[in-house]
Amino acid sequence: MTAPVLAVDDLATHFFTRAGVAKAVDGVSFAIQRGEVLGLVGESGSGKSVTGFSLLGLIDPPGRIVRGSVKLGGEDMVGLSRERLRALRGKRIAMIFQDPMMTLNPVLSIAQQMTLAVHAHEKVSQAEARERAIRALIRVGIPAAARRIDDYPHQFSGGMRQRVAIAMALLHGPDVIVADEPTTALDVSIQAQILTEMRELARETGAALIWISHDLATVSSLADRIAVMYAGRIVEEGPTARVLRDPRHPYTRGLLGALPSRAVPGQALPQIPGATPSLLRLPPGCPFSPRCPNADDACRTEPPRATEGARAWRCHHPVMERAA
Amino acid sequence: MLGFVIQRLMQAAAVMLVMSALVFIGVYAIGNPIDVLISPDADQHTRAEVIARFGLDRPLWEQYATFLGRLLQGDMGRSFVFGMPVLSLILSRLPATLELTLLAVISATLIGVPLGMYAGYKPHSPVSKAIMALSVLGFSVPTFWVGILLIFGFAVQLGILPAGGRGQTVNVLGVGWSFLTLDGLKHLALPAFNLSLFKMSMMIRLSRAGTREIMLSDTVKFARAAGLSERVILGRHVLKLISIPIVTVFGLELGSTLAFAVVTETIFSWPGVGKLIIDSISTLDRPVMVAYLVLVAFLFIIINLSVDLVYATLDPRLRKGRG
Ligand SMILES: Nc1ncnc2c1ncn2[C@@H]1O[C@H](COP(=O)(O)OP(=O)(O)O)[C@@H](O)[C@H]1O
Ligand SMILES: [Mg+2]
Repeated sequence: MTAPVLAVDDLATHFFTRAGVAKAVDGVSFAIQRGEVLGLVGESGSGKSVTGFSLLGLIDPPGRIVRGSVKLGGEDMVGLSRERLRALRGKRIAMIFQDPMMTLNPVLSIAQQMTLAVHAHEKVSQAEARERAIRALIRVGIPAAARRIDDYPHQFSGGMRQRVAIAMALLHGPDVIVADEPTTALDVSIQAQILTEMRELARETGAALIWISHDLATVSSLADRIAVMYAGRIVEEGPTARVLRDPRHPYTRGLLGALPSRAVPGQALPQIPGATPSLLRLPPGCPFSPRCPNADDACRTEPPRATEGARAWRCHHPVMERAA
Repeated sequence: MLGFVIQRLMQAAAVMLVMSALVFIGVYAIGNPIDVLISPDADQHTRAEVIARFGLDRPLWEQYATFLGRLLQGDMGRSFVFGMPVLSLILSRLPATLELTLLAVISATLIGVPLGMYAGYKPHSPVSKAIMALSVLGFSVPTFWVGILLIFGFAVQLGILPAGGRGQTVNVLGVGWSFLTLDGLKHLALPAFNLSLFKMSMMIRLSRAGTREIMLSDTVKFARAAGLSERVILGRHVLKLISIPIVTVFGLELGSTLAFAVVTETIFSWPGVGKLIIDSISTLDRPVMVAYLVLVAFLFIIINLSVDLVYATLDPRLRKGRG
């Protein structure tokens, strides 16, 4: 196996708020290869976005990376100078967000925004930067890109706007792309299109793609591997097919049980009992234990990371039956 | 765009008509200028003759109709006091006010916006707190008091800047301008600073609030994720986004200061239109008052129109004919 392009080890990002310390990300580890798609799933508030921002060094006070490392091609991004981080962002690791209506600047044309992004990393002429931007737009499938580039965000449809954002992320051919729920704000029909296109683009350019979503169904159709987050940790991780077929963590199992595709007709979808815990008042040990059917006294202590081949989980009482 | 301009021009004409009537009635109500115009010992015959000459014996609506008719031909009447056409009287005073106001509003913007953006970018730094303290001061201290302090400090105590007057002027386009000579600039410094303090505070607040809000937005996060430097983010993304409220306030301030720089002009004996209107009120110089207020209304309409046009260039969402 070749060295991973991105290796995250024991990453912890905490928010020091008045109400207390919110451990939004607490001991996350994973690695990703070139051309691979990793799906990061979990309920809203489980720390997926904070993980994504931490990878780019984009955590603002009161938040701070308190522990761990993010190695991009061997270089640890944690603790880098502002300028060095800036030079990596957009160039070697890029990110796209949920709602392109909010991320693109409404009063600058696409051309202006994209040439700024080109010039952030390369000293080329205005004409050349524009040329590069047009090529990037063509690659993501914007029709009449050479003309449309002078339009403003509001003149594009939602799907086209997100394509523009993707084009911006691809400008410098990054090694890693973090996509934080990029299709959640879009129509269902367009979601699937963008999903497929993103995977194709990642394959073509050899970029590693981290696809963040609260929707297990979306991720499972796209990702080579899946990492399931709960309360700031990755509780289970492994090849998509195996995790779906044979979940080890009771939380993953609960998520799978709640998928509409697995529903028994006429019956309500089984939900995981209880609610997501407040990050400020996590129970000792396994954070899922208060909602877990398998929990016992052992779960008051931190579960160790267990591995089996390419997969890993953190649970004292993993589910071991074979579903299929 | 053309349709928009035509529509706005028609609105403007309607507003001007209403304004002129209101002004005319209002000024009519202030007092009768006859006693000011005619010396008390003039005989009955002269009195009647003067009243008839100025048309003061006609009913109000007829006086207004006459006024309006002349106005449409560009004739705003003659000053009772100076005996010269009102328009040229006001125009002769306008450059003084114009240069004072422009200098004050432009420097308030050029200084206030960067200070405000800095305070919004680093809200917790000591420098930002000092900037905000300055803006609170600029808001709460009365203009006349600051003016007197400035004269006392810089003119009386230090003796480095003159206390009043326009200083040496240079004639351009037939009128004198102070800002073209060093001596004139020295004379401009104190009143312009006096006038700009409040506006600067406003610009600081406005740009601080805008910058703070935008720095937390996804737009800035996305720009950072693309590797843009903080300088480019502030200078290109944030500045463009906050420019719309700034242009609004710039326009409003420019208009109201041009019209009502009275306090500062009085303190610094600056011979501008503000002083002219105060003098004309005390002498009940009706034509000057009416012409002045009508011109002010016209000025506001022009400024509002320009602000709207600038909006359209700043914010593409307001432009018609989208693709
Ligand atoms: N700026 C912040 N200040 C305080 N807490 C924050 C901040 N941003 C995120 N958090 C905490 O991190 C948790 C996880 O957030 P996030 O990563 O956005 O979740 P999601 O998995 O839905 O993307 C939130 O529930 C919140 O408690
Ligand atoms: Mg999120």
